[in-house]
Amino acid sequence: MMEDQILQFFEWFWNLFGLWDAMWGIMGPAWPVIWTVMKIVAIIGPLMLGVAYYTLAERKVLGFMQVRPGPNRVGWWGLMQPIADGVKLLFKEVLVPTGANKFLFLMAPALALSTALAAWAVVPFGDGLILADVNAGLLYLLTMTSLGVYGIIIAGWASNSKYAFLGAMRSAAQIVSYELAMGFALVCVLLAAQSMNLGEIVRGQGGNSGLLGWYFIPLFPMFVVYFIAGVAETNRSPFDLAEGESEIVAGFHVEYSGMGFAIFFLAEYANMILITAMTTVFFFGGWLNPFHGWGMLGEVTDHVPGLFWMLGKMFVFMFMFLWFRATFPRYRYDQLMRLGWKVFIPLTLCWVVVVAAWMQTPYWYW
Amino acid sequence: MAEIKNYTMNFGPQHPAAHGVLRLVLELDGEVIQRADPHIGLLHRATEKLAEHKTFLQSVPYMDRLDYVSMMMNEHAYVMAIEKLAGIEVPVRAQYIRVMFDEITRILNHLLWLGASALDVGAMSPMFYTFREREDLMDAYEAVSGARMHAAYYRPGGVYRDLPDTMPQYKASKIHNAEAVKKLNENRQGSLLDFLEDFCNRFPANVDDYETLLTDNRIFKQRTVGIGVVTPERAMALGFTGPMLRGSGVVWDLRKKQPYEVYDRIDFDIPVGVEGDCYDRYVVRVEEMRQSNRIIKQCIDWLRQNPGPVMTSDPKFGPPKRESMKQNMEELIHHFKHFTEGFHVPAGEVYSAVEHAKGEFGIYLVSDGANKPYRMKIRAPGFAHLSSLDEMTRGHMIADVVAVIGTQDIVFGEIDR
Repeated sequence: MMEDQILQFFEWFWNLFGLWDAMWGIMGPAWPVIWTVMKIVAIIGPLMLGVAYYTLAERKVLGFMQVRPGPNRVGWWGLMQPIADGVKLLFKEVLVPTGANKFLFLMAPALALSTALAAWAVVPFGDGLILADVNAGLLYLLTMTSLGVYGIIIAGWASNSKYAFLGAMRSAAQIVSYELAMGFALVCVLLAAQSMNLGEIVRGQGGNSGLLGWYFIPLFPMFVVYFIAGVAETNRSPFDLAEGESEIVAGFHVEYSGMGFAIFFLAEYANMILITAMTTVFFFGGWLNPFHGWGMLGEVTDHVPGLFWMLGKMFVFMFMFLWFRATFPRYRYDQLMRLGWKVFIPLTLCWVVVVAAWMQTPYWYW
Repeated sequence: MAEIKNYTMNFGPQHPAAHGVLRLVLELDGEVIQRADPHIGLLHRATEKLAEHKTFLQSVPYMDRLDYVSMMMNEHAYVMAIEKLAGIEVPVRAQYIRVMFDEITRILNHLLWLGASALDVGAMSPMFYTFREREDLMDAYEAVSGARMHAAYYRPGGVYRDLPDTMPQYKASKIHNAEAVKKLNENRQGSLLDFLEDFCNRFPANVDDYETLLTDNRIFKQRTVGIGVVTPERAMALGFTGPMLRGSGVVWDLRKKQPYEVYDRIDFDIPVGVEGDCYDRYVVRVEEMRQSNRIIKQCIDWLRQNPGPVMTSDPKFGPPKRESMKQNMEELIHHFKHFTEGFHVPAGEVYSAVEHAKGEFGIYLVSDGANKPYRMKIRAPGFAHLSSLDEMTRGHMIADVVAVIGTQDIVFGEIDR
C-alpha cells in the first residue's frame, strides 16, 4: 500500500521532467531491492538517532537521579552532546594493541553491530509496518541476539589483554545461560500466541479488553524473567560484569578506542532498544491501543496511530534500563550464573507446563 | 599434556578501584584468587624524613596530606604528641573544638568511604549523595581555616583561631542566579555553629537515604555478606584497628578506652559487628556516622554556652596576641621567633594516638630538645589493614577483591606516607 503511494509519487515527480519512462526502464527491474533498501534506511536512520539520544537520555536521567544536571554545555540543554561525542570518537585514532589479531580485532565491532541491527528486520512497528514479515520471526530474533555474543568474545580474545579476556569469558558464560531462560520464556509466548510470527503474536493479544488482553497478565513471571534476562543479555547494570568498570575496567572493549569503541557502544544501545521492543511485542501488545474496547476512552484513543503506542511502551522499558543502572549494585559472576541456572530456568520450565495445562482448561481467556 | 598455569594479573596502579595507587599482583585460577600481593610505595613522599628538617609547627600541614580524606584527625595525633612531650595545657574550648572537628572529619571520611565502596560493588548513586553532604562539611572546614581540605587548623597548644560568627556566602554567577543563591545561602545566615546544627538535624535523614539504597538491597548483601571474613582473634593478630576491628566484634575504641581531649565528657556509643565480614563493617561505619553526629551536637551545645580562649596562654608555645605584637617589642620578637625558629620541645620520646576514622593513627616522636623532631614515626592504620589483603581475599573472586579493598577504606597517603 505504502509502496504504491511511493511509486505514484516517483511517477509524478519524474513526469514533471518527462523522464518517468526512461527512469522506470532502468530502475524497474531493481525496484524490489531499492524498496527494501529504502525500508532498511527508514529503520536504521531513526534507530541510530534513537541510540544517540538514548545515550543523552541516560546521562540526563542518571544525572537527575544523582542530584546533578547531566550534560548541559553542548547545545541547548545538552542536546548536541551525542553529536559532539560522535565526532570526537570519529576523529580519534584507532589503536591496535601489540600482539592483537588485527583482522579479528577490527572485525569484532562490525560483527557486534551487524547482528544488533539485523535483528530489527522482523520487529513490527505497527500493523504491517515491518521490514520482513517472516513466519519464524521469533526464532530469527533468538538467533540474532545470541550471535551478538560472538562480537564480544572475538573482541576480548583478539585484544590480547587479560582484562579483555576475562570480560569476554564472563560475557560468553552470561549470554549462554540467559539465552536459555529467555528462550523458555518465549516458548510460553509461542504457546499462548500459537505463532512465531511477531505480527501474529501482537494480533493474538488483540480483542476488546484492551490491555487486559495482553500476555503480561497470564505470563507475568515470564515477562519478569524475559526482561531481566534481556538486561543481562545486553550487559547492562546490574549485570554489567562483562565491562564492570570497578573490576575489569571496561572488560571486552578495554583496548578499543575511537570508532571501534563507538561501534560497540552503538551495538549495546541498539540491543537495549531491541529488548524493549521485544518486551513490548511479546508481552505488552506491540502497537495495540491499551484502551481498545473501553467505551468512549477506547474510541477516542483508537485514532492514535499504532506506532505511537509501540514507541510509548518502549520508552517505559527504556527508562527502566536507566533506572536499574542508577539503583542497583553489580552482581558477582557466580551469583549471576546462579540466578540464571537455579532460579530462572526452573521457573520458566515450570511456567511452560503451567501455561500448556492452563490452555487446555476453559479458563484461558487470552 | 599442556602445562596448566595460574593466570597472573596486574591490578592497578591505574585501576578505577585501586583507590589511588594500589598495585596488586593477583594470581588467579579462573576468577578465583590464589594469591593477592599488594605492592605499595607509589605515593611515598617521605613525610617522616621531611619532618626531621622542619620546625614542629611547619610539619602540621604535612599531616593533612597523609590520610587526605580525614585531614584534621592526622593533625590531631601530631599536635597531641607535641603537647604530651612538652606538657602543654590545652584550653577546654579548644578541646571541644577539636573533638567536634574530629567527628566532622570522621563523617567526611566515612561519607567518602560509603560512596567509594558502594561504587566498588557497582552502585553508582550513593557516591553523588554522599558528596552532597561532604560539601557542607568542607564548607565548615573552610569557615574555620580558609581551606576546604588541608586545613592546618590544629596547632600545638590549641587551634588556630576561634569559630567564626559568619559563614562564607555563595555569590550569584552564570550557573546560579540571585534567587538560587538565596536558597543556597539560607542555612548560612548565622554562625558556623548554626550551620553545623542545621547539618546535624538534616544528616540522620540523609543516612537513612543511603541505607535505603544499600542496607537491605539483596544484591548489596550478596556482594558483602560473608566476604573477607576476619575472626576477632585474627583481627587483633593482624593489627587491625578502628572499624575494621570493631566489625569483627572486638570492642576497642581509643575514644572510650584511653579518652583524650573531652571524649570522657561526651555521651556516645561504639557500634560493633558480629561476623567480621564486609557487610558488618559497612553497618558499623554507617552507625559510626550517626554517633559522630550525636557527638557534634553535644559539642555545639557546649561551645555555644562556653566562650573562652582556644590557644594555650603559655608564651613559649602559643603565638602572642596580634594586638600586643603590634604594640610591644618583646611580643614582636616572640612572634618572630615563634614562626621562624619555632619552639623547642624538651628531650624525650612520646607516642600519642587518636581514634582516627580508619583506626588507630599514632605519632611516635623523639625529641632531642631542638626545634625539630629528632625522629618521627607514623603509625598508619591502613598499612596494617592492607597487609591483610592477601588473607582476606584468598579463595574469593576478582569482584570480591574490589569489595574488600573498598571495605578496608584504604588511602594511600597514609600507607605510603
